[in-house]
Amino acid sequence: MPEIIKTAGDSIRKNIFLLTGILLLLLFIVPGSASAQQQRFPMPEFQTGYELPDTDRPEPRAPGMEIFDLAVLVLVLAFTTWLVLKRRSRKLVFWTSVFALLYFGFYRNGCICPIGGVQNVSLALFGDGYILSLTVLAFFVIPLFVTLFAGRIFCASACPLGVIQDLVIIKPVKLPQWLQRTLGLIPFIFLGFAVLYAATGTTFIICRYDPFVGIFRMGASFSMAILGVSFLAAGIFVARPYCRFLCPYGAILRVFSIFSSRHMSITPEECINCKLCEDSCPFDAIDYPNDEKKNRATKADYRRFVFYSAAIPVLIIAGALAVSGSYKLLSKVHPDVYLANLLVEDPGMMYESDMTEIETFMASDRTLEMLVADATEVQSRFRRGGYYLGGFLGLLIGLSLTQQVTFRKRTIYEVNRGSCYSCGRCMEYCPVGKPDHPYHKEDNNNHS
Amino acid sequence: MSKIQSRRKFIRSITRYSLGFSLAALTGFSLGKATKSEWVWQIDPFKCTSCGRCATDCVLNPSAVKCVHAYDLCGYCDLCGGYLEPGHISRDTAAENQLCPTAAIERRFIEAPYYEYKIKEDLCIGCAKCVEGCTAFGNGSLHLQVRHNLCTNCNECAIARVCPSDAVIRVKAEVPYLIKGGFTPE
Ligand code: SF4
Ligand code: SF4
Ligand code: SF4
Ligand code: SF4
Repeated sequence: MPEIIKTAGDSIRKNIFLLTGILLLLLFIVPGSASAQQQRFPMPEFQTGYELPDTDRPEPRAPGMEIFDLAVLVLVLAFTTWLVLKRRSRKLVFWTSVFALLYFGFYRNGCICPIGGVQNVSLALFGDGYILSLTVLAFFVIPLFVTLFAGRIFCASACPLGVIQDLVIIKPVKLPQWLQRTLGLIPFIFLGFAVLYAATGTTFIICRYDPFVGIFRMGASFSMAILGVSFLAAGIFVARPYCRFLCPYGAILRVFSIFSSRHMSITPEECINCKLCEDSCPFDAIDYPNDEKKNRATKADYRRFVFYSAAIPVLIIAGALAVSGSYKLLSKVHPDVYLANLLVEDPGMMYESDMTEIETFMASDRTLEMLVADATEVQSRFRRGGYYLGGFLGLLIGLSLTQQVTFRKRTIYEVNRGSCYSCGRCMEYCPVGKPDHPYHKEDNNNHS
Repeated sequence: MSKIQSRRKFIRSITRYSLGFSLAALTGFSLGKATKSEWVWQIDPFKCTSCGRCATDCVLNPSAVKCVHAYDLCGYCDLCGGYLEPGHISRDTAAENQLCPTAAIERRFIEAPYYEYKIKEDLCIGCAKCVEGCTAFGNGSLHLQVRHNLCTNCNECAIARVCPSDAVIRVKAEVPYLIKGGFTPE
């Protein structure tokens, strides 16, 4: 990275030096290539005392402001944790989330967010020469640690993408279990590809297909605006569609939340099976008590479970081979690979095509050999990365198969820790412990 | 607590600790590749080939990329390759003689035979037409820069994605400009 040390004296000295050099050069050579910097016309010597104006350099956002963003994030997370675990107030969670939407969404324009941070971290870990900023790393890591202790607090109130969808939930419909399970695999697949494309230094697909960032910035390309609006429109009926069926960060949060040490619960004490919360969750994140007789695992289920578990290693290997084998297809998105493919296939294009990429390549001092070498290196990175991605996908499919035949006995209504966003809606429905309700604590004992 | 329940609890906490440990390890590794500085996007003017995508591909409209003028490189010519249309009829400020589609360059007489050229950034759309002209026929003092008062510092700059010459790079926020004249490539 070029270091620029700009002091007035320095630049004048350098310029005089440059000028003399160029004047001398001009005596001997005719101005050549257009891309090199050259002073064809010497700087005039002004007689009227004209002073050179300075080139304007409007500053970026003041350094240190990122620390402030980080502080806001930590405060929002800490406050929400207290709200859902102790205070149990949906109303305050709601207002906190509105604040976070305004701050991280509309004021900070949705950048940087932990969701995109997945890619920065992958690129820094696997790519060469990419430098992270500490703020980005902190943004990525802090919500994960919080999730490990308290569940998906980040989703409840700090994520601008989640909150904007949360606000449009008007008539949520229940989705069939199988559909939820199937669509629920997409975030993991998206996560896998996002890491692969970031780690190979190709592109940041999460940022590229972020449907809401255009809304935060009040301006987007036509197709992205359509995408954002349709996600919100769908979100009226299918609550938080991006969070549930796309968000790659949500995939990590889900796993962390399943194993969290604490988590919000529908009821402050013991569930009395009053069924009042049954339809309160717009995300179908409440698990119902199940009928033990109907759901008991049969012998056939048991055999299937063993079979699926045994299949996992096979699936992992098959996935690894399949994805890695498609490295040519996957790497086509990389600009070097794309260009090299074009030119190797039809070398005539080098001289005929008016494609900007080809013209620029021809004008540069990069040779076709260099381009092909770079492209091959990228492809081999895809091949290596493909093994991991394929293995991961195989594992994913295997685990979701075994899940189909495992049953867990449940006698009460409780949140599904993986799917619950800790929004607190269901808490409002639970009568237990509320003084003005018939199921008051004192006579609670009769029911439990 | 039943046996199954306590076994489940045990597995859960083991998994929780290993998740926490992996996350800590990942953080540790990443720390080695992190800096305290923030990073912003900037155009290396020596790599830019004036393709015009800066005007069309920024997520903002008009683009956060504007033309800037390195006055210390400028020849103050009357016949400016960045200002005048190649086939210009006369050397006056009439719009049809100007290269810039939005008439964003202000031409001001200083003293015979010198003229100062100044970019009106609220009009400039970053199309690089003047940059092309100035680089081809002049000193190359007009060039593009990401203006940080406008840029939202996208996680991945939409222009960096499409720039054919890899001219859009990340620089430390402490030195956010690569202005020609003061700045020379490595
Ligand atoms: S807090 Fe309750 S309503 Fe909200 S997502 Fe979790 S289970 Fe659903
Ligand atoms: S996209 Fe790249 S080459 Fe094209 S004008 Fe912008 S910086 Fe220059
Ligand atoms: S970072 Fe974003 S706003 Fe800034 S120049 Fe690039 S695309 Fe435009
Ligand atoms: S020609 Fe294009 S880049 Fe130059 S000043 Fe006009 S709008 Fe800006």
